Amino acid sequence: MSNSTGGSVVGVDVGGTFTDLFHFNETNGTFSTAKVPSNRGDEAVGFLEGLTSFGPLTELASIVHGTTVGTNALLERKGAKVGLITTEGFRDVLEMRRRDRRATWGLSGDFIPVVPRDLRLEVAERTMADGTIRTEVDTEAVKAVCRELIAMGAEALAIVFMNAYANPANEQAALEAARSVWPNDHIVGSASILPEIREFERTSTTVLNAYLQPVVGNYIGKLEHALAEGKFDGKFHIVQSNGGVMSTEMARTLPARTALSGPAAGVIAAAAIAREAGFPNVVTGDLGGTSFDASLVVDGKSMLAPQTTIDFGLVIRTPMIEIVTIGAGGGSIARVDAGGMIEVGPESAGSRPGPVCYGQGNDRPTLTDANVVLGRINAENPIGGKLDRLDVDAAKAAIAKHVAEPLGLGVMEAAEAIVRIADSKMGGAIRLMSIERGHDPAKFAAVPFGGGGALHAGALIKDVGLKAALVPRYPGVTSALGCVIADIRHDQVQTLNANLNGLDIEALDARMMEEANHARAIVESARLAVERIDVLFELDMHYLGQTHTLAVPLPAEVKDGTTGVTVDLIRKAFEKAYEASFSRLLPNIGVRIVNLRTAAVGIRPRFDLSALAAPKDTTVEGALLGHRDVWFQGEWHNTAIYARLDLPEGAVISGPAILEQPDATVVVDPDLTARVDNFGNIIMERA
Amino acid sequence: MNDAESAALDPVTLAVLKGRLEQIVDEMDATLYRSAFNPTIAEAKDACHGLYDPVTGDTLVQGANGLPIFVGAMAFAVRAVIAKVEEDGDLADGDIFLFNDPYDGGTHLNDFRLVRPLFRDGELFCWMASVGHWLDIGGNVAGGYNPKATESFQEGVRIPPVKLYEKGVLRKDIIAILEANSRVPTSNWGDMNGQLNALELGVRRMGALLDEYGDKTIASAFTAFSDRSEALMRAAISALPDGSYSFSDVLDNDGIVDEALSVMLKATVQGDRMTLDFTGSSPACKGPINISRSTTVAACYVALKHLFTDVPANAGCLRPIDFVIPEGSILGAEAPKPVAGYTETILRLIGVIFGAIAQADPDRALGGPFGTINALSISGHDDGRRFVMFSFFGGGLGGSPKSDGLNHANNPISTATIPPVEILEAAYPVMFTRWGLRPDSAGPGCHRGGVGAVYEIETLRPSDVALLGERGKAPPFGVAGGGPAAMNRFYWQTQTGEESPPMVSKITDLHLPAGRRVRLESPGGGGWGDPLTRPIEQVKRDVELGFVSAASAEKDYGVILNQEGEIDIAATESRRKEHAK
Repeated sequence: MSNSTGGSVVGVDVGGTFTDLFHFNETNGTFSTAKVPSNRGDEAVGFLEGLTSFGPLTELASIVHGTTVGTNALLERKGAKVGLITTEGFRDVLEMRRRDRRATWGLSGDFIPVVPRDLRLEVAERTMADGTIRTEVDTEAVKAVCRELIAMGAEALAIVFMNAYANPANEQAALEAARSVWPNDHIVGSASILPEIREFERTSTTVLNAYLQPVVGNYIGKLEHALAEGKFDGKFHIVQSNGGVMSTEMARTLPARTALSGPAAGVIAAAAIAREAGFPNVVTGDLGGTSFDASLVVDGKSMLAPQTTIDFGLVIRTPMIEIVTIGAGGGSIARVDAGGMIEVGPESAGSRPGPVCYGQGNDRPTLTDANVVLGRINAENPIGGKLDRLDVDAAKAAIAKHVAEPLGLGVMEAAEAIVRIADSKMGGAIRLMSIERGHDPAKFAAVPFGGGGALHAGALIKDVGLKAALVPRYPGVTSALGCVIADIRHDQVQTLNANLNGLDIEALDARMMEEANHARAIVESARLAVERIDVLFELDMHYLGQTHTLAVPLPAEVKDGTTGVTVDLIRKAFEKAYEASFSRLLPNIGVRIVNLRTAAVGIRPRFDLSALAAPKDTTVEGALLGHRDVWFQGEWHNTAIYARLDLPEGAVISGPAILEQPDATVVVDPDLTARVDNFGNIIMERA
Repeated sequence: MNDAESAALDPVTLAVLKGRLEQIVDEMDATLYRSAFNPTIAEAKDACHGLYDPVTGDTLVQGANGLPIFVGAMAFAVRAVIAKVEEDGDLADGDIFLFNDPYDGGTHLNDFRLVRPLFRDGELFCWMASVGHWLDIGGNVAGGYNPKATESFQEGVRIPPVKLYEKGVLRKDIIAILEANSRVPTSNWGDMNGQLNALELGVRRMGALLDEYGDKTIASAFTAFSDRSEALMRAAISALPDGSYSFSDVLDNDGIVDEALSVMLKATVQGDRMTLDFTGSSPACKGPINISRSTTVAACYVALKHLFTDVPANAGCLRPIDFVIPEGSILGAEAPKPVAGYTETILRLIGVIFGAIAQADPDRALGGPFGTINALSISGHDDGRRFVMFSFFGGGLGGSPKSDGLNHANNPISTATIPPVEILEAAYPVMFTRWGLRPDSAGPGCHRGGVGAVYEIETLRPSDVALLGERGKAPPFGVAGGGPAAMNRFYWQTQTGEESPPMVSKITDLHLPAGRRVRLESPGGGGWGDPLTRPIEQVKRDVELGFVSAASAEKDYGVILNQEGEIDIAATESRRKEHAK
């Protein structure tokens, strides 16, 4: 297979405020970007407006979309009215959760499940843990409860039976019966969504898919309709939370897999950019209004987490790019508590009313206010283009009142303290991802994307002991770029519950081949150009008696109808993974395989990132915009300000310096040096 | 407190170090969760780690996820080791102490503490400790919760502080003793290794941080953290009106003698100090629901942390609190009084603090939580191999000024998640026939309590069943006019019908053949505020959802529904008026 399209591909990342687009012409290797306001509730408008800015839709070969429509529906509880059918005795699993509470300390607050109790009905049936069926399902009873749910107005149906991971027969029989009476296609069974042990996680994931199917389906339908009206006849795909691309059919079936679509695309792009620039190990950082999202990339591969919690009790179990979120964003509020400690976040002024300097009614100082007071952000020409100027004096007064005076500090010292504490919190998130997983931070570079991260990336080099920081040429459109370059990916899981001793290795090999063929077929059906399809296997394993499992990557390859897996290969892979995580093996204790995880990855044609290179014919002097006073390390520095996009390839700038561009500000601290590499990135390192 | 030293630290370094130190302890917690063997640690997170003062054993730094009751108790455990070291005078780098003595800084015998000194340049810098709940440590009942124990000797083996490692060398004789005294030595061995992993990681991380910032800086930060907690706690107490607030509650019985036992509190607020006086509480009892003085203090700490959530977890928070704990009472028991059921007593104790503070500060009023751990064990033999299924169960939390109570939550002393049914069924020969919410179990209120649960389990092999629970005779209380929740119930199937334990929620020596069911119905939480002020629509919705029966809607809420489930407005209004009189 090869890249046969030769047309244009557009990545579209719809965010809360703006829709970012990245247009790449595969024929001549040129690109362009666009930014248009998002139209909440009718995203198709901004989507289309952005697309047509590149010319007629008929000239586009492919569109890849990163969306938050699913996430928003979950957070705002605006999904479909779902009916849930469970095994008799278990309709409350969804509401009982794992008996957790919101916080370790403090007992108030309740939980409202996405399916209320009166829409959760039961039927008699029972499958045992070993897969034997004790009570067959009565399909007439299933039809009867379906009719009840329809009468109550259910728009989508989820069916979750106990131990269906071990044998889905009863659940499948129920699904079939339900299809004969249900008025639409929004029917989801747990064993086809997630054939994995643990009933709450499987129920939650299944129900959330049903909850999102109509929402995401309608949304995709609207976009497809608008695209068809513009005579678009290319391919339209969606980015999923695992950082891979899927077909719109798959997104309609498994919409919960879009939960982290946009952020995942950003991580994919950051990883690709950094790898090309010679930094295979990076920590990406997206600094938003209320939070900082960090993600780890090791040897060019992003780390996947097996599940995520969107909000208390809303668990989606499917591989997702692992993102650690901490409450430190531009809008995070700084305060001094009754014990005399400065805190920055997690309380946030968000983007409305936003920082004090926005003049929209907030009078408590934020991280952005500190950056403005220190001169790091250009108050006369704020990024984003919504405000004409920022109110430095108001920001200063707020910091004086809420931080400097209570601590007996000068206002500048207080502003610097806010920034350093925020840096340290971001550093904490990075340490959590790197050092705690046994990685040496000296081998990693920070890659900020989004608007704010580049203000703090340099400080993170020092705080965590990173090798460097890399600021992509267009930090604001990183997620849109990620849509263009993401591979196609499909993940599957199957619980096996088998001991390694006495394992039927031929049966396992057959099972792995079956899983591989299925996953591969889904990648092929996406009909996007790929160079090859890789199949990856992982086993969740543990010592007999443990309950947590360890992800064990298997060095097995599909060849001539077999994976070549052996017991010895599995044991060695397990011991290697266990030793790396816990340093001590436990000989004499049996080993068990809990789950088989299979991923098929369609590798997309390589995107030539040198298209993003900086100009060669400009000069450093020509890019100099002037000087202003910026506060670093306890004093004012007369600091050079550059137009970042005008800096030529190979330019070297010694800190202190500020590099400005329309969608980001790069701060080069006094003891750092910045250079422009061959791909247009800014690389900051210790001087 | 040393002003000169803590003043030397700038606010930024202090804030940064706070994050760095807490992260180290969080990472120790996470290491144990992931490598532990028994689900009580791995899934239920029945464990805790921290850093402790080299001289006093006071808590210096605590992670975000440590089991709340352990967070309070650990300082006492470290003190026990300090006393041992003073006696023997042979502390060396590489030593690791192990013990489970409940009277000497422990909680109950299943909780094994590992305490390790951290040396810097030949000097003790601080202590690091790890505690985890091991699955079985002998005694008459598998899993340790023996409701019939009258001496701790029947609860399991008691180990005073001994060196597990001596100068870095593992003492195999200690391991041999541990192995010989458990039904599941492999599980304990796995958990102990997990705890060792966590301590090892802590030593490594602390070494790097001390190298980066210097020992003196970190030591001053410790002082500053405690001072800050103290200041925050004093500020919180000052905000309460001066005065005395009394509240009492009872335990059903001790499992041996069927007599109620009382926990009495008089909380006196005076300026920025508070006295918690438990005078009048019952004398130590025969059965296993006594607690030692150190456990009582630890439980008070848990209650205060739930009420004053902003105060960071370290020794400073307890400085403004004075305790009066009568010697020889169930709250100040000494060896060998049995303590395995300590969880029940501390839950009652935490409840009375909530009840007293609700009078002092209506904004912090919390309805009583369900208030029992319901330690249920089902054990026997499957294919010739011994099995012990042991788990704690959930219930409802109390209503608050903010919202209804949380349905099916954990107790205030724990953050444990409950093991999934499918994991239990895959591991043990049992089949759950019900895992649901329990109607009419929540205390009525303007904000009702959270709903409790019904768990029904069928044995697939002949099984021995034991339960240690509470709240069978006195329900979780309501506050600010809210009503009490339903009580705890336990039944087992007989050839002809059902039976309940004579001691209500405590039983042992129950032998069931295969194919019989047991059913546990846990309490909800107490209500907050007058139920007659609960919006009528919400009461109607609770009836639709099956949380409140039509009968309870009428009796407790004064809401009358007709046969179609619609509100009879006229009848409701007149009923509510009548009630209000």
